[in-house]
Amino acid sequence: MTTQPKEPLLRMAKRDSISPRAAWGIRAAAFLLALITGGLLLLLLGHNPITVYSAMISGAWGSPTVARETVKIAVPLLITSIGISLAFRMKFWNIGAEGQILVGAIAAGWFGLFTATIFPKIPLVLLMMASSMILGGLYGLLPAICKAKWGTNETLFTLMLNYIALAFVKYLMNGPWKAPGSSYPKIAMLAPGARLTKVLGVHWGWILALVLVVVSYVYITRTKQGYEIAVVGESANTARYAGIRVGRVMCRTMFLSGALCGLVGMLQFAGADYTLTEGTAGGVGFTAITVAWLSKMNPFGMLVVSVFIAMLERGSNTIQTNFKIPASASDLIIGIILFFMLGCEFFITYKLIPRRKEEHHA
Amino acid sequence: MLEILGSLFPAAVLAGTPLLLGALGEILTERAGNLNLGVEGMMFMGAISGLAGSYFYEQAVLSSGGTPSGVISAVIALITSMLAGMLGALIYSFLTISLRANQNVTGLTLTIFGTGFGNFFGEYIGQKAGGYVAVSSVTKAAFSGLRIPVLSDLPVLGSLLFSYNWLVYLAVLLAVLMSWFFARSRVGLNLRAVGEDPATADAVGINVTLYKYAATVIGGGICGIGGMYMSMVTTSGVWVHGCVSGYGWLAVALVIFATWRPFRGMIVALIFGGLTIMRMYVSIPGLPAQIYDMLPYAATILVLVVTSMRSSREHAQPKSCGLNYFREER
Repeated sequence: MTTQPKEPLLRMAKRDSISPRAAWGIRAAAFLLALITGGLLLLLLGHNPITVYSAMISGAWGSPTVARETVKIAVPLLITSIGISLAFRMKFWNIGAEGQILVGAIAAGWFGLFTATIFPKIPLVLLMMASSMILGGLYGLLPAICKAKWGTNETLFTLMLNYIALAFVKYLMNGPWKAPGSSYPKIAMLAPGARLTKVLGVHWGWILALVLVVVSYVYITRTKQGYEIAVVGESANTARYAGIRVGRVMCRTMFLSGALCGLVGMLQFAGADYTLTEGTAGGVGFTAITVAWLSKMNPFGMLVVSVFIAMLERGSNTIQTNFKIPASASDLIIGIILFFMLGCEFFITYKLIPRRKEEHHA
Repeated sequence: MLEILGSLFPAAVLAGTPLLLGALGEILTERAGNLNLGVEGMMFMGAISGLAGSYFYEQAVLSSGGTPSGVISAVIALITSMLAGMLGALIYSFLTISLRANQNVTGLTLTIFGTGFGNFFGEYIGQKAGGYVAVSSVTKAAFSGLRIPVLSDLPVLGSLLFSYNWLVYLAVLLAVLMSWFFARSRVGLNLRAVGEDPATADAVGINVTLYKYAATVIGGGICGIGGMYMSMVTTSGVWVHGCVSGYGWLAVALVIFATWRPFRGMIVALIFGGLTIMRMYVSIPGLPAQIYDMLPYAATILVLVVTSMRSSREHAQPKSCGLNYFREER
């Protein structure tokens, strides 16, 4: 029984510390590897990766028109990721942003479509904003209450709410809100007078998004509520021991999270699409999860990442027209990048020690 | 009433089978302590790979002047879809087991990746094929209802029990096998030990890493087959953009309702299969179709809340599920 177990070729040990520069170096290397993997895939499909990548970049930034389109994609992504990151910080897996965006758009849509003749523009926009945030917030609050009371699985709850909101939008398109005189199900366009004003060619949602970056940064790092979120996320038991009412923090934060997503719905309705369709949320709620995680829940990081992902999405439209590569390529590349970024964290926390080195260490 | 039931039941079985396969794969995964939220993604990967496997087999045979065989085509679809699901699960396993990444986020990423994978290759192969990917009638026939001599001709029972495609019977067989595996086999009991308390399992000499890898990867393979069911049976061999559309997520929910038991999985899959297609068979006057479509999702929420309200220890998920195992932090 005394046979020495064979020493593994590599063993790992927790790093005592790592300089921020080395950590970022590892992340950059992982990012590069992800792009190379994506490039290999393109190569396998018979395309020159460098041409495709550069076509993506110029497709996203090549002219003021496409650059505006890119910003238009980044805005909902950024605000949604700020919203869900609040929930993610307390390890509440809100994957219901799609649904929260849709109900926000429905609330804004009701005011926008049916009261545009009653209210002047500014009160109307304020009403749309407030209603979308309240409805989105309530939609996020529902699973939070159940989680706080009974520990109901929030991942599935929020996800199922997505499908319900989507079915409701389809119901509105087919029935009560169907545009008069339309032969197929669609909802009328928002009156031009009620549409959001453009600043530098893009609706003012981008300014709001930038403000929210700063506000949310202050909220999570400098306020008591932000601290409570962090403690709950670290350990619910610790939080309880410290006298934090975990259920209350959960409900409050999820209301905020849902409200921000609801706001996105309003911006999409009144600033980007001017109508409500089943594609109003368009996967933003899921992509935002990626954004929040890649930026390690840091709002400034989210700004950078959401612009980057918007570039990938806009650029993938270009490669679809130029190279006949399906636009779903952006999802594929985003997935690959995220896999690499998730994996590289290991090499930041641990180091691998080859078998030989052992003697010097001991 | 009986007539409605007579047509609803077979339809529920057909609609419930991909849910059952997805749930069985996830039960195996979660029993080893890994919460893989990537079921939807792995089903997408299986859906396109199975379809592509059959499609390219047919093309290869046709171009060499032969006639494709339905059985071979079906076997190829089974293998390729399983391999694709396993590939997805392998990525997940490597990241969570070896590199210790967060299980929730890794699973969500797998869903994003798999959805992109399915839609990307579905469209890509479709473009090359000149519009869309579709298999020939030979393969379609191999995935339609079986005609079992004598049994299929039985009155009532014949159409209720012996008229399905082979994947339905495969799923049922898997559920029965897995029930036995968890309750009776040594490996199955070891696996449960790993899921409940990996540190203890490790201490008695069970190779925790190996068990976790094997269970997750095989579970992913089963999910992949469930995805193949969507593309080969549900949409009858044609690639439809976004064809899995939430079935993977319903499967994750079913695992909870089945209380991590394969046998109960069959019953809940049948019920939820029924809920997804009930609109076509039972009309409720005055209820718009789109509101009716909410039924399976609303029912899922309802059951989730109710089960969480009366959660008992016996029905709880494997204790270590969702947590990574760090040997040195034992």
